Amino acid sequence: MAKKEYSFYPGCSSQKGASSINYLISTNSMCEELDIQLNHIPDWNCCAASIGYAGGGELPRLALSARNIALSEQAHPDQDIVATCAACWLATKETKERLDESADLMAETNQALSAAGLEIKNNKEVRHMAEVLIEDFGYEALGAKVKKPLEGIKIAGYVGCQTNRPFGIDGESYENPMYLDKLVETLGADPVKNYDKKVQCCGGALAFSEPEKSQDMIKDIIGAAYDGGADMIVTPCPVCQMNVEVYQDQINEKYGTKFNIPVVYYSTLMSVAYGRNAKDSALNGQIIKAKQLEAIANK
Amino acid sequence: MSELNNRVVEKYRNNFLKEVEANVEEGDWVKMCMQCGVCAGSCPLGDAWEHTPQKLFMMIRAGKRDEVLSSDAMWMCTSCYNCIVRCPRELPITHIMHGLAHYAARLGLSPKNQPTQKFAQLFWDNLTKTGRVNELKLGLNLYFMNGFSEGVKKSLEMRSIGQGMFFAKRLNPMEILGGHGVKDQAGFHAMLDKAREIEDAKLDKFGK
Amino acid sequence: MAVQKDIGAYICSGCGLGDRLDCDQLEKVAKSDGRAKLTRQHEFLCSKAGVEMIQADIDAGDVSHIVLGACSRRAKTDAFNFENVVMTRTNLREGVIWVRPDTDEARESTQEMADDYIRMGCAEVKYQDLPAPSQEQGLNRNMLVVGGGITGMTSAIEAAKAGYNVGLVEKAGHLGGTAAALYKRVPERAPYSLPVDNGVDSLATQIQGNPRITVYLNSTVTKTSGAPGRFSVDISTESGDTTTENFGAIVQSSGFEPYDMSQLTEFSPESPDVVDQLGLEALAKEANGGAIKRPSDAKAVESVLFVQCAGQRSEKEGHLSYCSGHCCATSIKQAMYFKQANPDTDTVVMYTDLRTPGAGGEDFYRSAQKQGVIFTKGEVSEVTPGDTGPLVKFNDLILDENVEQNFDLVVLATGMLPNSGVNIDAPAPAEGEEVTETPVSILNLDYRQGKDIPQLVHGFTDSHFICFPYETRRTGIYTAGPVRRPMDIKQAMDDATGAAMKAIQAIENSSKGLAAHPRSGDLSFPSFRKEGCTQCKRCTVECPFGAINEDERGFPQYNEGRCRRCGTCMGACPVRVISFANYSVDSVGQQIKAVDMPDEFEEKPRLLALACENDAYPAMDMAAMNKVEYSAYVRAIPVRCLGSVNTIWITDALNSGYDGIMLLGCQKGENYQCHFVKGSEIAHIRMSKIDDTLSQLQLEKERVGTHEVAITDVERIPQIINEMAETVQKIGMSPFKF
Ligand code: SF4
Ligand code: SF4
Ligand code: SF4
Repeated sequence: MAKKEYSFYPGCSSQKGASSINYLISTNSMCEELDIQLNHIPDWNCCAASIGYAGGGELPRLALSARNIALSEQAHPDQDIVATCAACWLATKETKERLDESADLMAETNQALSAAGLEIKNNKEVRHMAEVLIEDFGYEALGAKVKKPLEGIKIAGYVGCQTNRPFGIDGESYENPMYLDKLVETLGADPVKNYDKKVQCCGGALAFSEPEKSQDMIKDIIGAAYDGGADMIVTPCPVCQMNVEVYQDQINEKYGTKFNIPVVYYSTLMSVAYGRNAKDSALNGQIIKAKQLEAIANK
Repeated sequence: MSELNNRVVEKYRNNFLKEVEANVEEGDWVKMCMQCGVCAGSCPLGDAWEHTPQKLFMMIRAGKRDEVLSSDAMWMCTSCYNCIVRCPRELPITHIMHGLAHYAARLGLSPKNQPTQKFAQLFWDNLTKTGRVNELKLGLNLYFMNGFSEGVKKSLEMRSIGQGMFFAKRLNPMEILGGHGVKDQAGFHAMLDKAREIEDAKLDKFGK
Repeated sequence: MAVQKDIGAYICSGCGLGDRLDCDQLEKVAKSDGRAKLTRQHEFLCSKAGVEMIQADIDAGDVSHIVLGACSRRAKTDAFNFENVVMTRTNLREGVIWVRPDTDEARESTQEMADDYIRMGCAEVKYQDLPAPSQEQGLNRNMLVVGGGITGMTSAIEAAKAGYNVGLVEKAGHLGGTAAALYKRVPERAPYSLPVDNGVDSLATQIQGNPRITVYLNSTVTKTSGAPGRFSVDISTESGDTTTENFGAIVQSSGFEPYDMSQLTEFSPESPDVVDQLGLEALAKEANGGAIKRPSDAKAVESVLFVQCAGQRSEKEGHLSYCSGHCCATSIKQAMYFKQANPDTDTVVMYTDLRTPGAGGEDFYRSAQKQGVIFTKGEVSEVTPGDTGPLVKFNDLILDENVEQNFDLVVLATGMLPNSGVNIDAPAPAEGEEVTETPVSILNLDYRQGKDIPQLVHGFTDSHFICFPYETRRTGIYTAGPVRRPMDIKQAMDDATGAAMKAIQAIENSSKGLAAHPRSGDLSFPSFRKEGCTQCKRCTVECPFGAINEDERGFPQYNEGRCRRCGTCMGACPVRVISFANYSVDSVGQQIKAVDMPDEFEEKPRLLALACENDAYPAMDMAAMNKVEYSAYVRAIPVRCLGSVNTIWITDALNSGYDGIMLLGCQKGENYQCHFVKGSEIAHIRMSKIDDTLSQLQLEKERVGTHEVAITDVERIPQIINEMAETVQKIGMSPFKF
């Protein structure tokens, strides 16, 4: 297969020294194996996620994502925009759709962009990396690259909110999307069946502002994974990953649980299954170590 | 309450629905709600809401301006989009919640010390400063947003998390010195200023 | 019966019958016990060759009555369709081999089952004759439509289009009924966005220009007698002039009366600014697209409240308990009147459940929302005449608070009452009880059973809600529109077309002496032997369709055109003088007796199932197709309706040694499913008295059971049969096996 190229929007959390740098590292390894070239959008800016609304009104927020799209149009005219972060993808895709729907907003946005010497045509697809894997490769092709099947590991596929709603992966249901489970199976591991907190909200940004309420939900997400016999949780979203991984000690303290379950990205799993070492798979980025993956990676 | 608020009140008098339609992001959808309650039942923090989205829409129609805009309800939205995908009338509920929150903040009516509002504002300020989020500063600001002594306590509580992140190379203390940002600072800020200017002009027009 | 009956029995060995049954033995049984003149076997009886084999015997004059031992009478009806011969079909496939296991142990009891069915078939056919058309054939092809509203006009136009002449009687001086009072109506076509013309003028023009339609304005029906094909109707004008006309069938579209809003005292109905929906239509007509003015002071309405379900869907004294179906959409439409005239009008629709049935209902609702109509979920407790306009107290059900608000105008969405004339089943007023108002009859039927169409609930005319919605309990007379159930204009127009079609069917069938429906095309009809009749009148009373009048001496007078051929009269007759050519007390009774009854000590019980041929019997066939097994001891006989079951059959069966008897009929009561409306109910009443017979015979009550089943009871009927077999095992065999 020929090399595939995409206009890549890494997002703030994937910057060096930021909270999901491990997502970027493992994604890079995964892409090397799949012969994907990610061309970073030059000088991209933050998308304002979904929490920027207090300060930013509608147009300033749209302008942020529009700037990224415009830069991508300039630098990589023929490539789809691809994001790994759920919030980045959502904000960018939403902007694309809103501008498509309203000629007024489009005109106003371009007015704002012109202050930065930019213009948006808005003719690009905005896609999540998971979509690229499933639609441009497919489970079979993804499975063909597996060198070290992740045998004997039981994994709960936690899809969360924003990779799933309102857009989601084509053909999947909002209430019970199956793609993570299928991916887990493709990599030789064992998906948790009927994981009933699969699309439960983790609190998102409210994990900072409303920690009690969010941790209460996170507790259920982890609890249900344990109930299903999971050894680890996999997610496609950096907010999910962070929220579900880092508060386990606090939750244990508050609720008397004994949670200690690794939370990894699908790219982590793929990088390991594709035979990359622990460093390339960013296993050192796990706060709760994924020992079973380390064992396979070090084999 | 702001001068802008006074002007808006003057203009719409007792037609809050019209005010929302004109000034709130996706506000003209409010009238299309059929009060089925699906959103209320789908919201993950539903129990924590002073008024569910369904109720907020009804209150808007009933002209309950102060109660709606000073409520902390819409600040409970986690942006999970559950309501949007389930609403049989396809209302963009999440966006309306954001829009209402923003509008309330804009008019200076949102509740004091609402933690999500503070965080959302911090986030916005943080990102607009350089064009990219600086997670360390954001975090520190967050912990200190309720004053210095609270902040020290919070920082201590969160210390283990910070350490974990640090050892996993997912938190860089050097960021405090500046960290990431877009290169075209001038263009970036000019763009945002312009966008804000256009939006202010719109609100001003409706508000007058 | 003097005519020579040559019975031919034809046994099929196809479909596995030959493997599972001893077909030679069946032939033998037909010959010896069944007295068949001729028997034959074929390995594929429904094939061309098989059918030709039978036809050859018929053509040669060798057989006059044939018994087929093959599949269910419900299968292969196209193949087994012989003329000028009496035929019965015994059900060896669905009734025997498909409900029995294919095992060595089961072989003997399965064969016994089949043998018995052959015996029963031969016995039945012996007591059947070829039905000939009734002599009472009406030939009038004109149709009467009573009521000139949207429904009646639509029926008249549709019937005229199909080539029938129509007399259209309207009591008012113009056509249009309630619809004529509407400013506009709810749209029935996409886009369902705005009210449309009420449609009355265009229908009225079509009627005026139609040579097939004669309109009688200011007229009512003062007498209706006869039967389908030969109704004689007096049409009288206000001044008393009467003409008598003949019609083949009648559509009654007498519409509804609005609920009397003055009963809703809590809403200040006397206040001029509180109106009902028709009141609002009048205001809208007056405004004719301009600002709607409120009655009290002619001020242009700036705020209006629609109160949904006013006096409806409520169990309060004097309220209607049902939903009138159209009023939500009507209020939505009326709210649009205001929005169209002035988008700034405050229009609030207050509802507890907004119901917008029909394809476009939801779109129409949305369209109103887009136009800014506010929908509030709330309950109005009181309206008082305020200083500036009606003051409304309501409970906001979403915000859970009590609110008081002034409006310029309040519109009450009240319900509809059917205009169905006299309730012929109403109990007579008690001695001394004051009769406040005597309802005016619509049809003035000259029937023994009463002046108007029987009603079901809330005064709406009775019809089989699921299967035959337009068919009233008076054959040849069809009700359509809101007299039948609450409905909107679109539904009423559909109804009108359906009723016209049924009326045409009645005209055509009655002209040939055939039953109209549901046994459409049946030539048989009930006849009675006058010599035996004791003038007990049970047949007249129990006939669900008012088919039987009485002559001066109290003898029944049959009107075959009105008859549905259910046999309820036959089941009712204590002296058993009523019969059909091909269905009689004997044709079933002899089957019951034909079964070979093993003696008490053989431990082979025999169970009798009398199964309604419309639901229970097909359900048993379906059980067979689904491989649900049931006891080999049962012998099932299809009956036209449970109402046709004469208790003599039960007594005979008990006397001849049956161990258990099951009557399987349809649901009865308010939500009845019985094809003949009352048949199942009447059978239940009759059977409730069978206990006497049982105790006389010193038999246990459990030996007879009457069950309400449905066509979907594919598992339940076999279960009922098996339970009866278990019961018999428990209580022991009947001692009456002689
Ligand atoms: S998007 Fe917001 S309002 Fe909607 S369900 Fe999620 S948290 Fe509730
Ligand atoms: S789900 Fe939609 S229609 Fe239902 S109450 Fe919520 S917003 Fe209204
Ligand atoms: S009871 Fe049935 S069969 Fe007898 S007259 Fe009435 S409709 Fe006809």
